[in-house]
Amino acid sequence: MSAKSAISLRTVAVALGGRTVLRDVSLEVGQGEFVAVLGPNGAGKSTLMRALLGLVPLHSGSAVVLGTTPAQARTRIGYLPQRRGFDHSLRVRGIDLVRLGLDGARWGIPLGLTRSARERRRVELERVSEVIELVGASPYAQRPLNTLSGGEQQRLLIAQALVTDPELLILDEPLDSLDLPNQAAVSGLLGRISKQRNVTVLLVAHDVNPLLGQADRVAYLAGGHALAGPVEQVITGPKLSALYGAPIEVLRTADGRLVVVGQPEAPHYHGHRHPD
Amino acid sequence: MSAASAISLNPLSDLSQLFSYRFMISALEAGTIAAVLAAVAGWFMVLRRQSFAGHTLAVMAFPGATGAALIGLPATLGYYLACTAAAVTIGAGGRTATASYGEETAAIGTVQTVGLAAGFLFLALNHTVLGGPETLLFGTFLGITTGQVIGLLIVALVLLAALTAIARPLLFASVDPAVAGARGVPVRVVDAVFLVILALAVAVASQITGALLVFALLLAPPAAAQLITMRPLAGLVLSVAFGLAVVWLGLGIAYFSPYPVGFFTTTTAVVIYLLTRLVTSRR
Repeated sequence: MSAKSAISLRTVAVALGGRTVLRDVSLEVGQGEFVAVLGPNGAGKSTLMRALLGLVPLHSGSAVVLGTTPAQARTRIGYLPQRRGFDHSLRVRGIDLVRLGLDGARWGIPLGLTRSARERRRVELERVSEVIELVGASPYAQRPLNTLSGGEQQRLLIAQALVTDPELLILDEPLDSLDLPNQAAVSGLLGRISKQRNVTVLLVAHDVNPLLGQADRVAYLAGGHALAGPVEQVITGPKLSALYGAPIEVLRTADGRLVVVGQPEAPHYHGHRHPD
Repeated sequence: MSAASAISLNPLSDLSQLFSYRFMISALEAGTIAAVLAAVAGWFMVLRRQSFAGHTLAVMAFPGATGAALIGLPATLGYYLACTAAAVTIGAGGRTATASYGEETAAIGTVQTVGLAAGFLFLALNHTVLGGPETLLFGTFLGITTGQVIGLLIVALVLLAALTAIARPLLFASVDPAVAGARGVPVRVVDAVFLVILALAVAVASQITGALLVFALLLAPPAAAQLITMRPLAGLVLSVAFGLAVVWLGLGIAYFSPYPVGFFTTTTAVVIYLLTRLVTSRR
């Protein structure tokens, strides 16, 4: 962990619609750290991410993000929300999606009338192709989104989150709906970006296994509380049992994968957005 | 066009004949304004898959005109008011991050039904005969005055300027509302503003084309353009080109025929769309 703090949460509580989603969450993340945020459905993982962006208010506690308030830090954060994938009839090219991440919030349209405006446009287009190259999406960036696979879409969305050169990436289930090789590839890509560019990555996931070897630490969310630390110290039977208040067992398979047994998870996994 | 003109084999003399009448020039001017506005607003409508909302807004001309006649307002004002009210209603009950298309569609369908029912009520309460329901539904291409053309032009320029101002945030909010919101785009405001712009564009265009045929200008040109290109700027330019082709060809053919203009504009629009589908599906 580097000395500089990227995220500092102190006893944060968040209530949505009268229901307390986060009760007492404290979390410190250093600049350039890669932290996996884990926990069962409805534990408030997405809510915590939205609170870090200043999109939901804190009920109590304090949040310092990139040295300022979440809302003020928002322009320096790359955000990839939880999603179901794009509508099949949406006819937009990947490159235009990435470009929107850069200039989509600006009013008016660029006319390129002055030399500096043309220069700015050139720099922006260069930046767009650079991040597309970085995530390895160049071969299909000109194709319509609805013809791309989940893994290809996810890479373009990561490029969109990266295009503003953010100091912090907040990614809500980017590995969701990807097959295992793609999960490993995207996880590796994010690990590389985090190390090479000193970008802090906060990644919400259902399963820690694709992130083993990439994530520096995990933050486990359950029952409105968070428990953060290295994987081998947090994902253990006694620690998770204490967090859930129920007996949990953690098994390690021969190839090093972790299996959490006994957590009161939803009976079957479904890919839809849930309202936590 | 009731007074059918004979078509000769000389295209130049046919064109000069066409441009020799003031009413024909006014019709072309008004049609051009309506086509450009509808093609641009329609491009966003098709991208956002809000065709049902657009159609509902077009139908609002009916309660608008009948309601205006009932309380003694100009029909044009009735169009604007009814379309805007419907847009605000759809926007208020409309799309949120979690609302499904099913919920939005149900809200729009309700607005459409209430609008039509109100229109029939107003029609029944109007003891005087309304000035031509055909005009309301199928347009008044040929009775347009120069003053009306200038009025249309001003409204169209204001609406196009507003669309230009919100173009990029609107595109962002249409493609990816969650990220757009996090990046500081006021998604709900942009959605609502677009619906009002769409409503006013529909009200403008339907004065020329009629409530039923406005959809030909609003839907077919952008739908065809989006089959051909996904580039936003190229798509908008192509959409406008198709819209102009619809109006100019429709009016040109109608001039030499005894049948109504609306039939020819709509047919041209449908032919353009179908040909585009045929050509693009082979690629």
